[in-house]
Amino acid sequence: MPESNKTKALPKTIIALGLEGSANKLGVGIVKHIYVDGIPDDAELVPEVVELANVRDTYNPPAGEGFLPRDVAAHHRSVIVPLLKKAFEEAKVTHKDLDCICYTKGPGMGAPLQSVALVARTLSQLWQIPLVGVNHCVGHIEMGRAITGAQNPVVLYVSGGNTQVIAYSQQTYRIFGETLDIAIGNCLDRFARVLKLPNDPSPGYNIEQYAKRGSKFIELPYTVKGMDVSFSGILSFIEKIAKTEPEKHTPEDLCYSLQENMFAMLVEITERAMAHIGSNEVLVVGGVGCNVRLQEMMGQMAEERGGKVFATDMRYCIDNGIMIAQAGALAFARGFTTPIDDSWITQRFRTDQVHVEWRT
Amino acid sequence: MTSEQVLLRQGAEARVYKTEISGRPVVAKQRFSKTYRHPDLDRKLTRGRMNQEARSLKRCLDNGILVPQVVRVDKDASTLFIEYIEGQTLKEWILGNDDEAKESDQISAMAEDKAVDLYVLERAFISTHPNSEKLFALVLEAYKAENTDVASAVLKRLEDVRQRGRKRDMTG
Repeated sequence: MPESNKTKALPKTIIALGLEGSANKLGVGIVKHIYVDGIPDDAELVPEVVELANVRDTYNPPAGEGFLPRDVAAHHRSVIVPLLKKAFEEAKVTHKDLDCICYTKGPGMGAPLQSVALVARTLSQLWQIPLVGVNHCVGHIEMGRAITGAQNPVVLYVSGGNTQVIAYSQQTYRIFGETLDIAIGNCLDRFARVLKLPNDPSPGYNIEQYAKRGSKFIELPYTVKGMDVSFSGILSFIEKIAKTEPEKHTPEDLCYSLQENMFAMLVEITERAMAHIGSNEVLVVGGVGCNVRLQEMMGQMAEERGGKVFATDMRYCIDNGIMIAQAGALAFARGFTTPIDDSWITQRFRTDQVHVEWRT
Repeated sequence: MTSEQVLLRQGAEARVYKTEISGRPVVAKQRFSKTYRHPDLDRKLTRGRMNQEARSLKRCLDNGILVPQVVRVDKDASTLFIEYIEGQTLKEWILGNDDEAKESDQISAMAEDKAVDLYVLERAFISTHPNSEKLFALVLEAYKAENTDVASAVLKRLEDVRQRGRKRDMTG
């Protein structure tokens, strides 16, 4: 047979800087995407992903306190320049190697988002490099897919600010179920404050350690509403019993019961979404996704369905810069950029509002 | 007691078998235990949901709504035995009929609960059968026609449920 006279496309490389600061972590990441046969026109983009740098600095208020937007923004402003320098050093590249600068457009806290977007905008103009505004949730999903290799998983996105069950369909990350009020991580953080647990390394991590030593299951409200969940009532309930009958329950048993109850709710709605779309894979992303007990419960459920759970470690499930670079570089490869005039931020930015052009 | 069981389908919460009780064909819906959750929680949810389903079916029958009759409730085995009805499943029916829609039945008296149920049904329609918005619109029309008294309150609440909590967009 004669050889095809279609010439093979040249390899293409995209190097992206990612800036993340939607909550109390400031992350700077640099990623390199290699398309050995060039960027395909009509196929899903699956570049070779090379992590060049992924550095982070976390703002922790004292035990018993939460973080305030203005304090978080001040933290981000004070550490972003040294963090950028560190990232470039680690990556062994300079700004001249960058193809795009990706920043978190939302969702998140206004003041910290704004402080980081301002840096992104400044660098873009200074270095004459295009900007790419990225949805924070989509960043988590794309990084999770890239790290774990999960093909078409149901995604459970659980963090301090978000709780969503997501599945991909027709260039959209569709939300199947979500919290009706506060995020699960917010519920855990606030209960950690009631118990005066330290915020270092994170309140959720300390709750998890207490929970490991708990054994008595205290019945709490179980609030699954259709495909959605609600956590605020559970928080009020457990706060009340922790304060009014402290002699009856140990902090360890309270943490244990809180985790068991809320995680069971999450596993239930995730399983329902899996049954619904006929997928056996589940990918857990977001800060609460680091919780080993949650991964274990999700794994048991997936195993019973003949499937598998995919999770990442603290480098990727906790907010970070490289996930923004990852999602931004994919959008950029499809020609997406954010003009300076549109380089604003938004506290509300739903996962399903992003046109996922890099998938088919 | 019961004769041989043939598995019809497994869902997220239960396995559904076809079997017989005293020569009568029945469906056995067995809620299986979930190993991932605490045994106390598992027992509470499994029992509560089975009882609720049995009660709801009975209430439907008492009110003249055609549903399968409850034949037996086996608490120890978490199994509900209901009358076997020959025919298509709703899913098969939807896949085969794009022009008309039937409607589900409600139990709770609260507009809130009814609206949430409708919302769940709406999402189930759209996520399983993309572009089935028209079909769901027919469901709502049928709902309106059948339940004139409560329908307007429930449909108004459905608007709220759609917009609830975090479901608002970035312009809100």
